[in-house]
Amino acid sequence: MLLLSRKQDWLGNICGDILAGLVVALALIPEAIAFSIIAGVDPKVGLYASFCIAVVTAFVGGRPGMISAATGAMALLMVTLVKEHGLQYLFATTLLTGGIQIVAGYLKLGSLMRFVSRSVITGFVNALAILIFMAQLPELTHVTWQVYAMTLGGLAIIYLFPYFPVVGKSIPSPLMCIIALTAIALTLNLDIRTVGDMGDLPDTLPIFLWPDVPMTLATLTIILPYAIPLAVVGLLESLMTATIIDDLTDTDSNKNRECKGQGIANIGSGLLGGMAGCAMIGQSVINIKSGGRGRLSTLLAGTFLLIMIVFLDQWISQIPMAALVAVMIMVSIGTFNWSSIRDLKENPLSSNVVMVMTVIVVVWTHNLALGVFVGVLLASLFFANKISHFMYVDSELDESNDIRTYHVVGQVFFSSADKFVAAFDYKEAVEKIVIDLHRAHFWDITSVSSLDKAVIKLRRQGAEVELIGLNEASSTIIDRFGVHDNPEEIEKMMGGH
Amino acid sequence: MNKKMVLACIDGSALSDAVCDYAAWIAERIDVPLKLLHTIDHHHETAATTDLSGNLGVNSRDHLLEEMSDLEHVKSKARIRLGKSILQEASDRVIEMGISTSINCLQHGSLVESLTEFEDDISIFVLGARGKIHEDQSNQIGAKLEAMIRSLHRPILVANQAFKTPRRIMIAYDGGEAAENAVDMVADSPLYKGLVCHLVCVDKKGVAENLLDKAAHRLGAAGGIDVVSAHLQGKVEHKLCEYQLSHHIDVTIMGAFSHTRLHDLLVGSFTVKMLLNTKTPLLLLRSKDSIIYES
Repeated sequence: MLLLSRKQDWLGNICGDILAGLVVALALIPEAIAFSIIAGVDPKVGLYASFCIAVVTAFVGGRPGMISAATGAMALLMVTLVKEHGLQYLFATTLLTGGIQIVAGYLKLGSLMRFVSRSVITGFVNALAILIFMAQLPELTHVTWQVYAMTLGGLAIIYLFPYFPVVGKSIPSPLMCIIALTAIALTLNLDIRTVGDMGDLPDTLPIFLWPDVPMTLATLTIILPYAIPLAVVGLLESLMTATIIDDLTDTDSNKNRECKGQGIANIGSGLLGGMAGCAMIGQSVINIKSGGRGRLSTLLAGTFLLIMIVFLDQWISQIPMAALVAVMIMVSIGTFNWSSIRDLKENPLSSNVVMVMTVIVVVWTHNLALGVFVGVLLASLFFANKISHFMYVDSELDESNDIRTYHVVGQVFFSSADKFVAAFDYKEAVEKIVIDLHRAHFWDITSVSSLDKAVIKLRRQGAEVELIGLNEASSTIIDRFGVHDNPEEIEKMMGGH
Repeated sequence: MNKKMVLACIDGSALSDAVCDYAAWIAERIDVPLKLLHTIDHHHETAATTDLSGNLGVNSRDHLLEEMSDLEHVKSKARIRLGKSILQEASDRVIEMGISTSINCLQHGSLVESLTEFEDDISIFVLGARGKIHEDQSNQIGAKLEAMIRSLHRPILVANQAFKTPRRIMIAYDGGEAAENAVDMVADSPLYKGLVCHLVCVDKKGVAENLLDKAAHRLGAAGGIDVVSAHLQGKVEHKLCEYQLSHHIDVTIMGAFSHTRLHDLLVGSFTVKMLLNTKTPLLLLRSKDSIIYES
């Protein structure tokens, strides 16, 4: 029951939700426009998307108080699609992305998030911040000095205005920045780029439309390679943001519902002429900071956004791009995890490598999904390597009977298998060899075949080989962990290690 | 097996004293331990601070988390102190009533959650009809009372006025499963020995006498209970409440929420009407109640 929400999710915080919804709506306008520009589409595509995604996730999302809309992470993945195939294919891709996300929700793939380590998440967030910042650079190159002055002035307003007594904490400073810079540009009649120069703004309510693409396999081969990373990145950022909001508010969210909710929202967005989106880290934090907690805040953010863009379109087109750039630099600064730089000194090297590699791959490819993939892969390899150290083999010789006994202790798997094979002395000529595996764990096929290999080698040297404790050692090889998931079984299996 | 307990839910509101008194009275009569529970509900769905400056600075996420958790830390500490003093007061009160000792329990989270968690060890819950929010509105019942009663499957005594030692009890009897349970409970439990029990049936033309006779017989056979039967005509909740007044009833026992939610949504819940109109504390039984007062 996607629509079943607790009453307090909607009505628990009415006053705070209304104010926060307003603040977020104001902050969503510049972001939606900026992300449309990144994707290479008219601002109205991002604005309609933000409206639709915010409103739909308010009802079907799994995390009350989280803000979902058009995002930079998603926009970056659409650039070539829009350039090469046009807007209609973007809408079709958006629908497919939503479909994939709904399936992921039903398959409960949200639980795969547990494989994404802290370092990968930090890398993701930092890479996202860097990409948002880099996306602003075209607006800051080959421009007059007025643009630099305006951008700096805008940043100054954003960060200093909150220190004004009384009004500072009650009027959003990004809004002040936009109003002030627009007023300056209009009064001085400056010749600088405005939002109106970037493409069409919405002048009506969004209308329902089915993407004008041929329903053929050829279309699918075009849009599927875009839809998959979009679905993955959308879910990653949404689940990550949900965790951040969970921590901030000390409440729980329903991750699988969130996956399905994002999917439904994206399908809605695709049908109303919008682009695919996901949860926004920065906006969600602003929402919580402004006192938003419930679903009402998300609903109102979307609704206020639509009201403002439809009625104020004349004014919005006058906003200088410098003001948007200032706001986006703020978002980038706020998204970046600055303490991760300080922590580089204290964290283990492997964690740092995972984090930095995630950032590098993302900045290189502009694809957050690839970055996360590399990060998770690296983290797993480092982990496997670490665990492979937890294995040793010692031995004793019973000279009277000419028997050598090897005791294998620890974890034998693909990464420690070679070390395991090398631990036996194949030169020694003895009558009998006993391999005691009571305290060993064989985790995979590689470890079993390496045991075979060692036994064959030893037999070739003429020794009788006896294995003891093999059943216990190989009990860990079974993939069905359900049976072993209770404390006594685990204690029995891992006891003594 | 440990003895099942009487659980009194205390929130420091006007009715908490009555809750303590009734709980102490029951615990003493059936000789089981008394547990006093106070919960600290944090209401995370409501924001405690508002900063509309709408900007994000360096590490603003960390700062926000720190700020919010500091604030809640201080608040929670204060509420724990308050909770402890409320429990202490309640504990002093029940000891004065003659209970040797009470188990005091302070928990975070919503009351419903805590009650469901404890349910297996409890033989009867004692709650106030109104909490802090509706303290002064005697025509109101607590916001969560219905949800609480619906989620529990043990007898629940809802106290709605200052304690008066029960002498005359009334069973609202309709022949249904919960009503039969009520009769069995009254017959079997030491709690009701020496009391006068009024069996009251409203409407049910034709079958009422028969039903009442059977139930009266069951009660009479248990011994130690004086049974008075009555058959009334009219609107059930009004007639029952009138009867409470005219016969000086001290506690009314009835089944609760035996209809589906849909039925209650369409025609209104009889239990809610009774909770709003009753002049005496109500002892509510859910139809799934099994053996009650085993100890």
